[in-house]
Amino acid sequence: MEKDQDKILNDVTQSDYKYGFITDVETDYIAKGLNEDVIRLISSKKNEPEFLLEYRLKAYRHWKKMKMPKWAHLKIPEIDYQEIIYYAAPKQRPVLNSLDEVDPELKKTFDKLGIPLEEQKRLTGVAVDAVMDSVSVKTTFRETLAELGIIFCSFGEAVQEYPDLIKQYMGKVVPYTDNYFAALNSAVFSDGSFCYIPKGVRCPMELSTYFRINAANTGQFERTLLIADEGAYVSYLEGCTAPQRDENQLHAAIVEIIAMDDAEVKYSTVQNWYPGDKDGKGGIFNFVTKRGLCKGDHSKISWTQVETGSAITWKYPGCILKGDNSVGEFYSVAVTNNHQQADTGSKMIHIGKNTKSTIVSKGISAGKSQNSYRGLVKVLKNAEGARNFSQCDSLLMGDQCGAHTFPYMEVDNNSAIVEHEATTSKIGEDQIFYCNQRGISTEDAIGLIVNGYAKEVLNQLPMEFAVEAQKLLEISLEGSVG
Amino acid sequence: MLVINNLHAEINGKEILKGISLKVNPGEVHAIMGPNGSGKSTLASVLAGRELVMVTAGEVLWEGKNLLDLSPEERSHEGIFLGFQYPVEIPGVSMVNFMKTAINESRKAKGMEPLSPSDFLKLMREKKNLVEIESGLTSRSVNEGFSGGEKKKNEIFQMAMLEPKLAVLDETDSGLDIDALRVVANGVNKLKTPQNSSIVITHYQRLLDFIIPDFVHVLYKGKIVKSSGKELALELEEKGYDWIKKELEQA
Repeated sequence: MEKDQDKILNDVTQSDYKYGFITDVETDYIAKGLNEDVIRLISSKKNEPEFLLEYRLKAYRHWKKMKMPKWAHLKIPEIDYQEIIYYAAPKQRPVLNSLDEVDPELKKTFDKLGIPLEEQKRLTGVAVDAVMDSVSVKTTFRETLAELGIIFCSFGEAVQEYPDLIKQYMGKVVPYTDNYFAALNSAVFSDGSFCYIPKGVRCPMELSTYFRINAANTGQFERTLLIADEGAYVSYLEGCTAPQRDENQLHAAIVEIIAMDDAEVKYSTVQNWYPGDKDGKGGIFNFVTKRGLCKGDHSKISWTQVETGSAITWKYPGCILKGDNSVGEFYSVAVTNNHQQADTGSKMIHIGKNTKSTIVSKGISAGKSQNSYRGLVKVLKNAEGARNFSQCDSLLMGDQCGAHTFPYMEVDNNSAIVEHEATTSKIGEDQIFYCNQRGISTEDAIGLIVNGYAKEVLNQLPMEFAVEAQKLLEISLEGSVG
Repeated sequence: MLVINNLHAEINGKEILKGISLKVNPGEVHAIMGPNGSGKSTLASVLAGRELVMVTAGEVLWEGKNLLDLSPEERSHEGIFLGFQYPVEIPGVSMVNFMKTAINESRKAKGMEPLSPSDFLKLMREKKNLVEIESGLTSRSVNEGFSGGEKKKNEIFQMAMLEPKLAVLDETDSGLDIDALRVVANGVNKLKTPQNSSIVITHYQRLLDFIIPDFVHVLYKGKIVKSSGKELALELEEKGYDWIKKELEQA
């Protein structure tokens, strides 16, 4: 049995990462390294207004004074920030006024990733902003959405076309002083998505951004800003992949969400950055700050994440529940295999009255990986009637991995109710045998069991994504019998 | 169709089965009785292919093939079903999804197309009615939060769905009240055909009031020490296992 397990584990861990290919496209790089001139160069390449350059420089000066955070349960190798290229853009033929003019190589890349950029090819109503390295390649359905007053475009375009909105909202939820990686992103961020849903509008299609790292030795530092005005609703998806390379690549993103009175934002992520090989070589360092501000009363922000990729994941999507009766949710499945490390969880800050938050975190560890849940529930003095329910489950496969839970609670209001439940389990040999006896192979049995375990979270994903995510879970864990 | 010859098997180095021989023909019902620890469940495990049990000698032939060469799922595809003594809970996996996967895997192994969702649901409805299982059970996760009786009924339901050639029911009657026992036994009887067979493993004669065996075997200390017709079960009930033990000592 032991031997069989090792064999299966080996087979699986050697199986290929499906998205590891490299697109051969001419790329415009800037020289590696980080200093004020580099920041000025990025800003000028993007033709940014003065206020943004100022913001970047302030962030950079602040970052230089900061130190890499060490509190996470992660072993992060020293990162040499002077060895990273901070801007790389696939060169496209000039002027893109219609999607037919997207470079065929890039179109092919996204086709291969299952993200066709031709609108007529989309089966369902999903609008996509496709970002490769430091630039957005194409945003689909812009015109259709514009008819409803919805702005959905790349961050770069938003800077050009809606500088006032950017100025008003950028950095308001995640200020550049927030943390080390947020400061770094604020200094060097490249592209990302921008979305504004006007008052009372229910966005009729899923909006999504697909992030692709292609160029070598570069970092990806995207920024996403979503604003849902009063009574608006939007469901937003984010996916990401990267080529298979032997060196680590840094991804440090910021996502900010603002929900006004009665607005609701659902943000779903399927994170599948290259996780490194079975010996832990290569892979993406995924250091991300995601935060939503429930600014208005009765607003709601819901995060759902399925994390299967990255060598190291450091991310805590959270909600600041400022409006009275606002609701924050966090549903997460984080899978680690081989030498992957994840330290992920959520932050729920209750400020308004009768605010509610839910955290459901499902960790799955296999191989030699380390998987930690870290979450903060904070109830401020005036948050009368605040409620939180947190549930953190860990599933272990094999005996070489680790699962850890670090819940933090700070409650300053006596009327608050804060609950925390945690469980740890293993996939039992008896469960697998039971499935086997009914004719189900061990691989399929693990798929069933893991999907059953993660169901509560997968159910939160939009349909189109749920199926993808289920398959992804199965692929990430194939054969990791415990 | 099933021939067991001089089967020896051990668990963690301890020999449990010490030379079992048994032949099951199509349409037959065999009851295996015996005191606790005699090796009844171990025999069931060997037939289903549980890795925990190591076969050290003897052979098991299934329709002329060496059964021991087959993986547990292959045995299932071949038509061998084990009704578990302790059915396992699989949280979050719906019965529908579980059964659909099981049936379609088995069809795949036979080179058949998967059942369409509507055909599958129809089949499920039919079988539910047949074994008189409450509708609610099949919309829940596999055995999760089921009572002991519900778990056993669920085993019979799965058996009905998979239509095995050989059903091995391991102490299906343990922990059942008389009503549940009747439901389970009715299920087994309704599923009986001249082609399929069952091995009913039980501690008590009670189940055999409902499922009438063609043969009764007594397993004791890893060996079949007595085989006879259904009247043996009654005799055992009356005299207890001590009677057999004594008989053996005298021999």
